[in-house]
Amino acid sequence: MEPGNLFLLSGIGLFIAGTVLFSIAPGRWLNMLYGLFAAGSVLAGLYSLGLIMPSAQPSPVYVFPVSGFLELAFQGNPLSGYFSLLLSVLGAAVSVYSIGYMKGAEGPRFQGIFYGLFLLSLYAVFFSSNIVAFLVAWEAMSLLSFFLVVSDTRDEEAQAAGITYATMTHIGTAFIIAAFMAGYALTGSLDFQGIRAGLAARPEWVRSLLFVLSFIGFGMKAGIVPLHIWLPRAHPAAPSNVSALMSGVMIKAGLYGMIMMGIGVLGGNVAWWGILALVAGGVSSVMGILYALMARDIKRLLAYSSVENIGIMLLGFGASIMFYSFHLPALAGIALAACLCHAMNHAVFKGMLFMGAGSVMHAVHSKNMEEMGGLLKKMPWTGLFFLVGAVSICALPPFNGFVSEWLTFQSLVLGSQTPAAYSKVISLLGGAALALTGAFAAAAFIKAFGISFLGMPRHERAEHAKEAGFPMTAAMGALALLCLLLGVYPGLLLGLISRIPLGGLSAVSPLSFSLAPVSIAGGFSGFWPAAILSAMLLGFLIVFVLIKTAGASKKTVYADSWDCGIRALTPRMQYTATAFTKPVRVIFKSIYLPRREIRISYRQKPFFAREITYRSDITPFIESYIYRPLLSAVHWTAHKIRHLQSGSLHLYLGYIMITLITLLLIWG
Amino acid sequence: MLDLQFLIILLFSPLLQGIIKKIKAWSQGRVGAGVLQPYWDLVRLFRKDMVISKTASWVFHAAPFITFLSVLAASMMVPVISVKGTIFGMGDIIALLYTLALGRFFMVLAGLDAGTAFGGEGSSREATVAILVEPMMMLAIFSTAIAGGSTSLSKLALSVDIFHSPAHVLALAAFFVALIAETGRIPVDNPDTHLELTMIHEGMLLEYSGRYLALMEWAHYMKQMLLFTVAIDLFFSYGIAGGGHGFAALSPLYYALKLLFLAAAMAVAESSRAKLRFFQLPSLLGGAFVLSLLSIITVIMLG
Repeated sequence: MEPGNLFLLSGIGLFIAGTVLFSIAPGRWLNMLYGLFAAGSVLAGLYSLGLIMPSAQPSPVYVFPVSGFLELAFQGNPLSGYFSLLLSVLGAAVSVYSIGYMKGAEGPRFQGIFYGLFLLSLYAVFFSSNIVAFLVAWEAMSLLSFFLVVSDTRDEEAQAAGITYATMTHIGTAFIIAAFMAGYALTGSLDFQGIRAGLAARPEWVRSLLFVLSFIGFGMKAGIVPLHIWLPRAHPAAPSNVSALMSGVMIKAGLYGMIMMGIGVLGGNVAWWGILALVAGGVSSVMGILYALMARDIKRLLAYSSVENIGIMLLGFGASIMFYSFHLPALAGIALAACLCHAMNHAVFKGMLFMGAGSVMHAVHSKNMEEMGGLLKKMPWTGLFFLVGAVSICALPPFNGFVSEWLTFQSLVLGSQTPAAYSKVISLLGGAALALTGAFAAAAFIKAFGISFLGMPRHERAEHAKEAGFPMTAAMGALALLCLLLGVYPGLLLGLISRIPLGGLSAVSPLSFSLAPVSIAGGFSGFWPAAILSAMLLGFLIVFVLIKTAGASKKTVYADSWDCGIRALTPRMQYTATAFTKPVRVIFKSIYLPRREIRISYRQKPFFAREITYRSDITPFIESYIYRPLLSAVHWTAHKIRHLQSGSLHLYLGYIMITLITLLLIWG
Repeated sequence: MLDLQFLIILLFSPLLQGIIKKIKAWSQGRVGAGVLQPYWDLVRLFRKDMVISKTASWVFHAAPFITFLSVLAASMMVPVISVKGTIFGMGDIIALLYTLALGRFFMVLAGLDAGTAFGGEGSSREATVAILVEPMMMLAIFSTAIAGGSTSLSKLALSVDIFHSPAHVLALAAFFVALIAETGRIPVDNPDTHLELTMIHEGMLLEYSGRYLALMEWAHYMKQMLLFTVAIDLFFSYGIAGGGHGFAALSPLYYALKLLFLAAAMAVAESSRAKLRFFQLPSLLGGAFVLSLLSIITVIMLG
């Protein structure tokens, strides 16, 4: 047997062994079993790397017949290899993290089994090569993650979030099924390759229909606005290790579906598909980060930021299709590389941030940032890694987020080279959205880190917080290093991406890069993160030495913060998360629609107040103005239709008669 | 390949600050301090003891270095007097702006670190102003990038000479407003105040003293000169060495004259305006955003 397949099979074996052991092993050792999943992820990751490498033979097809002509077929290709590599990187880190995180957790057997199967189902999604296998894997992924979301049975919010999630994800799946069924009906093939070949000759509107169906279906899972409403509820409700996988990988399964269907199967050569994705991407990124900025719940902030980041990936995806349809394959390659690169980068830092949030929640038993503060001193490692994640996600050099965001910026600016005016304007507006997103993301993550980790503890529990255990910090540390490595040597990742062929489209082709500098052919531009970093390090040495020699005799005094002379600064006098974002809430009030409620009960009006209650909140625009009217319309219709169901037998007999007569009149 | 143009920014940025202050003083009918005053301020600060808040964490200690070094690294990417040899030949404007943003990120965090209301207030406002300024600045730059066919500053500097197209005029107007906001000047921020209600930049730095404050101030001067230089490269690069016009040897002179012009414009703009109330800023910056949007549309429609 080839070594690659050996990796895959032994990886799967480890997963299955892990899940089995979870049901029989003694309770004390359960958390150690996550080590098996970590090892399994590493093996599967090696297999995925093999899929992307150039020398790879066409990988073998694994076929499992179900009944008649229905069969589950799995086959790896470079694109699925890339996504499963992404899954393996994060899966390994999160599994190591879980060894510490799930220690003494409730329902450990259930959690472990579902966790292992969830990882397996994600692999199955990426490797499935026909409709049936894909749908089975997709549904398994959705259901398993649903059970993990609602695993805390006492948390009513989580239960409600689970229901929303299950509903939305199944609506999405319905769209995917519709797209796949149409594909099968038109071509008679269950196989993605076969459908691709069969559809090539079909008119454009047929392919467009399929594109829109699958865009909505996969967009639901990816969490694009306005289909995102389940995401900021479900992701925070799950245990943090599962949140990390959901935000880091599962939403990318939606992206993978879009790329696989949109470019791989449907050809990706119709301009308005790209425009659609660009608009969805721009709106998602801006709306996502707007709400992330307002979140007080640290995990909700991260979840909203996932909506933003999927938007950034869609900007690359949309630009890629748009360029391709204008016969600019070189530029399409850059845009697709930006999209794929950001998918990996986002998995790394968002996974790490969710793990950091999980460690913090373990320590302070709250998701509310207003009850944290000063944690950097209590949890130095978690704080450091969370900071690295925050800097990376804000796309600040020399960390990895900047590489993909720079590529996205470049592809959007290069949109000015398309022939049509509308595509120029749309892609530059996408660039504007990305710029807006950048500034908002900085504010949001300054808030997330600054309010939680800096200043004075805002709550007793934050004062007594303890650092997370070794497996948890080690997992985060590994990902933090990866953030830096991928940021300083973008060539590592771009080298992999350049080997992914997609139809006639090869990612990265005009991008010249060695290990460190990246530049776009034709001299459009380039940058060299390693040089930026080394310039800063060199500068640091010089400045440090200067300061140490010039200021050697100077004292440093540690004293209280400046308090205007009142002599007693309390934690309550600090800026809170709500206060920090107040100016933004005021300036963008037409989007946030802030609500404020002040209730005062008096002992003696109007001077002696007994109690003042202050509530401040924002109105979730999309829920209130799209989903609520939609829901009430559904309720209204249902209410009207209910009159048909009077319960009277005579009426039902009448219905039958009317139906019969109608049928006879039509076909008789 | 790494040449030393950035030393010009490193060494002369306090002088530029002194000149702006001097012109400002003149236009307000004062004599003002000497143009070398910022140097003396820095020397004085470097020689002082430091008082550091007990609440502060290592972020507070790291922020002055990171802020200073990010501006320094950004300075290496910009063509100052010659288009050749900015950081290994790659001066990308987007990379430059995001490197600057790294410094700002840590400066804003440092404002939150001491746990005082002043710091938080400064940080919150700075983050808000950044939200309003960054997209506008980026759009103005996109417009020049489309016209010049590159986001590399050297290429852009070669393509412009002196702004002539309507798109460039609009972009310059927007960029000038961005300059005012980014350098913390009236009407956005008041660099000379320590009044709680109005300060933004000073609020964040309130807990800093001694050599850390010196680093922060120096970084601020450098950022100002750096952004002026970017404006020069984007809009009137005429005479830059390596370009088609003028003698290479004269390019420092051209550069100095252009800086003086910008400094004078900034000083006059600052003296002739009153500071805007914080929540009136969106109308100014939003207006500039519309200008840069118009600039983009112009460049698409006209060329």
